[in-house]
Amino acid sequence: MTPVATTFFFYFLAALSVGSALGVILRKNAVHSAIFLIFTLLSQAGLYLMLYAPFVAGVQIILYAGGIMVLFLFVIMLVNLERSLKEEQFNRQWLVGTIVALLFGGLMLAVYRNGAASFPRALAVLPETSNTQDIGIALYRNYMLPFEVASLLLLVAIVGAVVMAKKRI
Amino acid sequence: MAEIGTMHYLVVAAMLFILGVVGVVTRRNVVIILMSIELILNAVNLNLVAFSRLYGLHGQVFSIFVIVDAAAEAAVGLGIVIAFFRNKETVNVDEVDLLKW
Repeated sequence: MTPVATTFFFYFLAALSVGSALGVILRKNAVHSAIFLIFTLLSQAGLYLMLYAPFVAGVQIILYAGGIMVLFLFVIMLVNLERSLKEEQFNRQWLVGTIVALLFGGLMLAVYRNGAASFPRALAVLPETSNTQDIGIALYRNYMLPFEVASLLLLVAIVGAVVMAKKRI
Repeated sequence: MAEIGTMHYLVVAAMLFILGVVGVVTRRNVVIILMSIELILNAVNLNLVAFSRLYGLHGQVFSIFVIVDAAAEAAVGLGIVIAFFRNKETVNVDEVDLLKW
């Protein structure tokens, strides 16, 4: 079954995410950057849905757009300076950095173009109705140890964040 | 228009990755640098999910681990930003030179 207007939605979401990413790195005000980043994250969730990954799309919206961005906005509120809006926003080496990054992008595109022939022709069979169930089974069977390590990482991050943000240790 | 394949998603992810790298190397505000790191991690996630369309579910599982790492990184990074702001009253990375002498 091919969904209708896939092409249109893909280009729409791709343009939205790339344009908002440009907004993230170009805006002067950090709050505007955060709002643009939310748009990027939401359009990426749409792209995940188009790739038949509804669970990852939901995690993206709940965890990124809901959780991490709230954290970012809180920190912007805590450290927001009138002074930083009047200052120079870019480093002295911005031109060199941009050129090197674009060269790296060209390298990536060249690799993709030469390596595209090695992709498998057929798509994997991913039943979207049981996507969440399949991910859960994979997480608790094959990826049991990484899952536990991730929980340990989160514990360490919680302790670290509390220690960092405390006034007096 | 052409059929949307894996390559289209890879190109979008590459563009997001490059924008994130440009943000990291050019901006001075450390909060925006952390947001650019989130952009980079999201580009990687998009790659993983796009390849999971070809190779099976493992890419999606791995992208969830990447999201967990991003959450931990954001929490610790923003904690460091707050601790630093309390000491130096600045959020510009080129004024962070406590370890230089």
